[in-house]
Amino acid sequence: MSNATQSALRGSPRNQPGKARTAFGGIDKSAVRRTATARPEYSGIEQLPEFRELRRKTKLFIFPATAFFLAWYLSYVITAAYAPDFMSEPLVGEINVGMVMGLGQFVTTVALTWLYARFAHRKLDPIVNELRDKVDGER
Amino acid sequence: MTEYLLAETNQVLPSDHAITNTTIFAVFVLITLVVVYRVGSMASSSDYFVAGSTFTGLQNGIALSGDFLSAASFLGIAGAIAVHGYDGFLYSVGFLVAWLVNLLLIAERMRNTGRFTLGDVLSFRMQQRPVRAAAAVSTLAITLVYMIAQMAGAGGLVALLLDIHSGLGQALVIAAVGVVMMIYVLIGGMKGTTWVQIIKAVLLFVSAAVITVFLLGKYGYNFSDLLVDAAENNPNGHSILGPGVEYGKDNTTKLDFISLSLALVLGVGGLPHVLMRFYTVPNAREARRSVAWATWTMALFYICTLVIGYGAGALVGSDAILQAPGGENSAAPLLAYEIGGSVLLGIIAAVAFATILAVVAGLTLTASTSFAHDIFANVLRRGEADSESVVKVARTTALVIGAVSILGGILVNGQNIAFLVGLAFAFAASANLSTLLFSLFWKRFNTTGTLWGIYSGLASCLLLTIFSPVVSGSPDSIFPSVDFAFFPLKNPGIVSIPVSFIFAVIGTFIGKDPSNEQRRAEMEVRALTGIGTRRG
Repeated sequence: MSNATQSALRGSPRNQPGKARTAFGGIDKSAVRRTATARPEYSGIEQLPEFRELRRKTKLFIFPATAFFLAWYLSYVITAAYAPDFMSEPLVGEINVGMVMGLGQFVTTVALTWLYARFAHRKLDPIVNELRDKVDGER
Repeated sequence: MTEYLLAETNQVLPSDHAITNTTIFAVFVLITLVVVYRVGSMASSSDYFVAGSTFTGLQNGIALSGDFLSAASFLGIAGAIAVHGYDGFLYSVGFLVAWLVNLLLIAERMRNTGRFTLGDVLSFRMQQRPVRAAAAVSTLAITLVYMIAQMAGAGGLVALLLDIHSGLGQALVIAAVGVVMMIYVLIGGMKGTTWVQIIKAVLLFVSAAVITVFLLGKYGYNFSDLLVDAAENNPNGHSILGPGVEYGKDNTTKLDFISLSLALVLGVGGLPHVLMRFYTVPNAREARRSVAWATWTMALFYICTLVIGYGAGALVGSDAILQAPGGENSAAPLLAYEIGGSVLLGIIAAVAFATILAVVAGLTLTASTSFAHDIFANVLRRGEADSESVVKVARTTALVIGAVSILGGILVNGQNIAFLVGLAFAFAASANLSTLLFSLFWKRFNTTGTLWGIYSGLASCLLLTIFSPVVSGSPDSIFPSVDFAFFPLKNPGIVSIPVSFIFAVIGTFIGKDPSNEQRRAEMEVRALTGIGTRRG
């Protein structure tokens, strides 16, 4: 593998602390702010039961959620394109099915955002903290 | 008096008010600029690109919505709703739902694996040089299309204020406005830009909310009555309340609409200037919070645009809007004039201008970072470039992009900005989304797949656009007098997005390059946990 990325991801050797860098926002600085000198053993972490659980839980939420909102959005769009008469059916005064369905998209988007934020905060973040403590402790 | 003028000349803005309008507008622009300049000059040079990753989730969330609520969302959507009715509202829905892609799939993982650019993430476990080059090419292309739309919007806005109707005059206005914006970008940085976004987003929300409440109040808080008036003042009549006015003509336009909708919902996940915003927060949790904040604020804003759009149709009338300089894009400013006279017009125009300015600044920064960081420092100099030359390259890139987008803005002058931004979304969804998702979630994905995905999406999008009615063959094309259009759809998304996914898969299976197991494991662990990045 080329080592061209080293300056971008690892920090160049010239980039000593205390040395003033004015490199257009420190563009050549490290992406990795390491607290310990040792590199984490990523393949090992990947095999940890906590990590596997984190990965399983994450995927179990994000993929079905994505499938749901895409399906709901596409069915809305296709209805708008091919069944405009249904969408123009008035419900309350001049407010019609299309406007209610459009606002329904707003509601599901906001609700899904809230659900995911809550899920990640309650279920994912604790596992991440546990993992990070474990990895930091080993170094 | 306004009604008298409307009847006489079918023109809402009396031309003798041009000086008053412009003065109020200029004062507001100056005030915002001074604030921004002061914030910008207080920041250290190390804050230039990603603002030292110091913004909180709330600040960044408002800045994200600021980046996103560009001229397209405010001027473009309001105009589209005023003139075409419900079809304009579909933009709002697509723009909003799209944020779920970022929230669920991209934001946190992007923050955990990258530092400056999209190329950082895409090249994480691939061969560095070709992938970085490809990522930079797609970033430049998408940014350029997006910027052209913004330039056209800014030009139209100022032309409206100055009451300039001639094509040449408007072209000059676009050029002058573009130059002013580029000067500002070269002085400001990411920190300054983020503060403009925050200030401007708050101003935009307040203005939109005030106009919405006023409009609803005028109709006794009965939205239905407002819709009746909007339908009466539109030649399409009652049909503007349902879908189909613009896209319902025949099967081609219906398919075009599906194509646009796909691009809208999938495009946000590939927009470089939005993705770059995830780097301005300290960690993945703040990135998640910022997307959540952006989603709340935008949901409210887009509900306001629905009222503003139909309100402009009701009070100004779609004919008067189409007659004004800037066409559809002038609906919101004209509505402001209708309800608050020159003062409100000046304020709204200044807010819209600050919006465009901030978005252009963000776009230029993204493009120049990408070129300087990925192509110059990593591909050409193999990571050995010194900082001064990187600065120089980034500034030159900014200038070149500015010049090209000014020219492009003159060419597309008069097209609806929301439509042009929809094109930029198609580019983003085609060139970046497939490769970004595959490199985050597909173990087997490799360098060949990445390159095939990016270049096939980019090329198909570009070719289909060139040979579409946007460029030639119809009265509202860029070149109406010639006809080399063979692709019937105005938005290529429905073809080019699947093309990039399919080619990325084929490329992966054809590619012989060995996958780097160690880097893959590192990427997976880092994406989910952030281990190896700074702890927040």
